[in-house]
Amino acid sequence: MAVIFVDNVEIDAEEGRTLLEVCLEKGIAIPNLCFIKHNDSPSASCRLCFVEIEGIEEPVTSCTVKVKDGMVVTTDSAEVRELQKTAFRLILSTHRIDCGNCPSRKRCELIKISRILKVKLSPEIYDPIERKVKAEEHPHLIYDISKCINCGKCVYICKKLHGRSYITFARRGIETGISFFGEKDAESIPCGKCRACADICPVSALLFYEHYSDLLKKQ
Amino acid sequence: MDDNLELIEKEMLDDISSFLEHVEPERSSLIPVLQKIQAKYSYLSSDAIKLIGKRLDLTSSEVYGVATFYNQFRFNPPGKHRIKVCMGTACHVKGGDIILENFERKLNIKTGETTRDREFSIDKVACIGCCALAPAVVVDEKIHGYVAPSKVEGIMLGFEIEKEMNERKERSSTENSDGEIIERQ
Ligand code: SF4
Ligand code: FES
Ligand code: FES
Repeated sequence: MAVIFVDNVEIDAEEGRTLLEVCLEKGIAIPNLCFIKHNDSPSASCRLCFVEIEGIEEPVTSCTVKVKDGMVVTTDSAEVRELQKTAFRLILSTHRIDCGNCPSRKRCELIKISRILKVKLSPEIYDPIERKVKAEEHPHLIYDISKCINCGKCVYICKKLHGRSYITFARRGIETGISFFGEKDAESIPCGKCRACADICPVSALLFYEHYSDLLKKQ
Repeated sequence: MDDNLELIEKEMLDDISSFLEHVEPERSSLIPVLQKIQAKYSYLSSDAIKLIGKRLDLTSSEVYGVATFYNQFRFNPPGKHRIKVCMGTACHVKGGDIILENFERKLNIKTGETTRDREFSIDKVACIGCCALAPAVVVDEKIHGYVAPSKVEGIMLGFEIEKEMNERKERSSTENSDGEIIERQ
């Protein structure tokens, strides 16, 4: 067991666990979008989970830090918030904001993060970016690239559960997004019985057809 | 797709299948395999991508994901006439994207695609070395400078006329060989 201090609160935690995970379990709000439990090599790509740790000069991403006894952590210093806000606004600039018609609604992580960071749900300083990519068809899934924030969780979980990824990142730069390679053959893919990618997507950019209609009904 | 194209496609896939038999079934073979096929056929068809995936024990999307990362791969067969619109810095500043959009609209395809009859394909290219003529376009091996929307119309019209003339020639030659209609006004 290790004892750490987060925002002046003493916390017992198992040594070697991920700092972000421990904080989240204790109800400490740290914005995060790409963190996946039990992933030993986090991509740390969303750049939202910054914290300050005593003895380390610059803020660090808490999803890549392991708990050590005596660690002193601050989660909401001015510098941390500045970094998080910039990262969040950049993410928002690629996410088409249309909450009124979005099937995600309350599930959406972006809404939660905007409250923590007190950032309005609009691109503000950065011009919105539109990814002009043809939509692909899939027997089970609907993918909306204008919502996708490229966190990579769906690709990770697909590979983890099935040994290989039936969905992957395709293209690069601004046009990067998820691709199924137009897999039309429902028999050759496991998606019919699996819902993992849609469940893990923080912004509901990936949805199953039946799920989509359910969500729309609830509104 | 007409029969002829189907046949070509089938031959290509048979050839790729037999080529893949000699490839080590490992992930590391992926990029060399993609390059070989691209070099030989100038594109990676979706069936070819499936075959590669099968051989290397990857999903088709994994193969596609890797291939789309690189500019050197195309996913549609090259057209008989290849239109390459420069997107280099100078051409970009001079409105290369407008020219690109003009061709796309005219041919009703997007960049990287080929018309159904495989007559035309459009690609973006980086600086082709004639920035002074920006915006520049290469059509088949010919460079066109100071391209404006009206010039796009002109280029396409040129092809239409050429096509019509060829058709007319063909018609008159078959008619001749049949020995039926010889007199033409
Ligand atoms: S579809 Fe969802 S889970 Fe997948 S990368 Fe986009 S935002 Fe992340
Ligand atoms: S959760 Fe740590 S960088 Fe995304
Ligand atoms: S930028 Fe187009 S020719 Fe140089």
